[in-house]
Amino acid sequence: MIPATFSYARPTTIDEAIALLTKHGSGAKVLAGGHSLLPAMKLRLAQPEVLIDIGRIAGLNTIAERDGRVVIGTMATHAEIESSALVARACPLLGQVAARIGDAQVRNRGTIGGSLVHADPGADFPAAILALDAELRLASPRGSRSVKAAAFFEAMMQTVVQPDELLFEITVPKTATSAAYVKSEQKASGFAICGVAAIVDAQAKTVAVGVTGVASKPYRATAVEAALRGRALTPDAVAAAAALAANGVEPLGDIHASPEYRAHLAAVNTKRAILKAVAQG
Amino acid sequence: MTQTIRVRINGTAREHAVEPRLLLVHYLREVCGLTGTHIGCETSICGACTVLVDGKAVKSCTMLAVQADGSDVTTIEGLARNGSLHPVQEGFWECHGLQCGYCTPGMIMAGVEILQRHARPTREQIAEGLKGNLCRCTGYVHIIDAIERAAGARRAERGVGGDLKW
Ligand SMILES: Cc1cc2nc3c(=O)[nH]c(=O)nc-3n(C[C@H](O)[C@H](O)[C@H](O)COP(=O)(O)OP(=O)(O)OC[C@H]3O[C@@H](n4cnc5c(N)ncnc54)[C@H](O)[C@@H]3O)c2cc1C
Ligand code: FES
Repeated sequence: MIPATFSYARPTTIDEAIALLTKHGSGAKVLAGGHSLLPAMKLRLAQPEVLIDIGRIAGLNTIAERDGRVVIGTMATHAEIESSALVARACPLLGQVAARIGDAQVRNRGTIGGSLVHADPGADFPAAILALDAELRLASPRGSRSVKAAAFFEAMMQTVVQPDELLFEITVPKTATSAAYVKSEQKASGFAICGVAAIVDAQAKTVAVGVTGVASKPYRATAVEAALRGRALTPDAVAAAAALAANGVEPLGDIHASPEYRAHLAAVNTKRAILKAVAQG
Repeated sequence: MTQTIRVRINGTAREHAVEPRLLLVHYLREVCGLTGTHIGCETSICGACTVLVDGKAVKSCTMLAVQADGSDVTTIEGLARNGSLHPVQEGFWECHGLQCGYCTPGMIMAGVEILQRHARPTREQIAEGLKGNLCRCTGYVHIIDAIERAAGARRAERGVGGDLKW
């Protein structure tokens, strides 16, 4: 359980990190909290030649309010998000999701940015990021760009982040308390077999639903959202709409759950998440 | 290619040239000779290797020694003060929070962090805080008792609350 040899660099600025990524090309990998990358390297599933540790770049874990949005630095740990007073007030969904990840030690090291770029199909944050319509900001030698959550995840463990790009912050709109995250997890690790993040906007009469763990990449349950648009969120209406939660996706099957079971959980957890969000509003 | 790191371990400054791929747990055990930190699974699951890095509980098999450069590390060897056990250690002693003892160093380090987070944790909060630590002997009940006792003892020590009912 020892990683293959690599060389290690610890830049202190984003520019320096980008310069290192550019110089070393596809042989380099960014090291954030290391809680996905190091296990993969110990199993020699990943053998980068150079690790670029972004853990000491000042300000990269900042959680702040800017232009009416909540801005979360890529290196903010799950524990920092879970315990942030600003998150609790301005975007409680993210705090709820963070608290459900893995265990205390994992939350002390793992970062939101690492989780999003790693794009494990069972990762928790993607469900919330999608429901929140978050924006992800990436820096590269070509400058910086913003990507909407809906366009970020491409396939299993694959995102739009290029080898010379660094995710540096995630911004989300301030959201009311009418939000909830419900997940069925794999007991040993905590990864989601099915995790559903729901946000209810009572005034606009809309619901946003992000689903993780069910398919090879996280998705918005658009059929559910459409069925509930403009409707009163009675338990019956929610249950009927939630039955559409796995519409149009191909559920995964593995030793933890069959595709049929994942589709079933998608419907059940979607119903529970929406009703819980309504109750919290 | 080695890299020089400076780490404060249990209050003692250390400096070593290490390979970047050296895991923190191997650094503690094999380079520093602090074998109190155990290796159970080496795959980030069992928590036997838990230590505090800058006050936060981490699984030292899932961190590189070079990532700890400049940090303060506390291992099980660093908890007792002047020959007196730390309240969490005492709790494990008094409540027999172990059977084989293999998971104990990690359990105790996780317990220390639980008490930093919650001065008066409920049994549920203790169980939640121990989610990343596996014990295959006890069934956890005595471990939770031990940390609950430590919370009471600590309150008594500080003169707050201090009801030692457990
Ligand atoms: C025992 C255990 C249980 C877990 N349980 C859960 C769980 O229940 N739910 C869950 O969601 N997750 C879980 N995880 C995963 C955990 O949340 C990881 O921390 C997370 O997926 C990756 O974040 P990291 O900061 O550790 O990233 P790293 O492991 O450092 O990096 C992951 C990948 O992302 C890349 N990367 C990281 N940051 C950037 C960046 N800013 N820009 C560009 N590329 C970047 C890296 O190069 C690497 O390829 C668990 C992990 C463990 C070990
Ligand atoms: S040895 Fe580190 S978690 Fe098991």
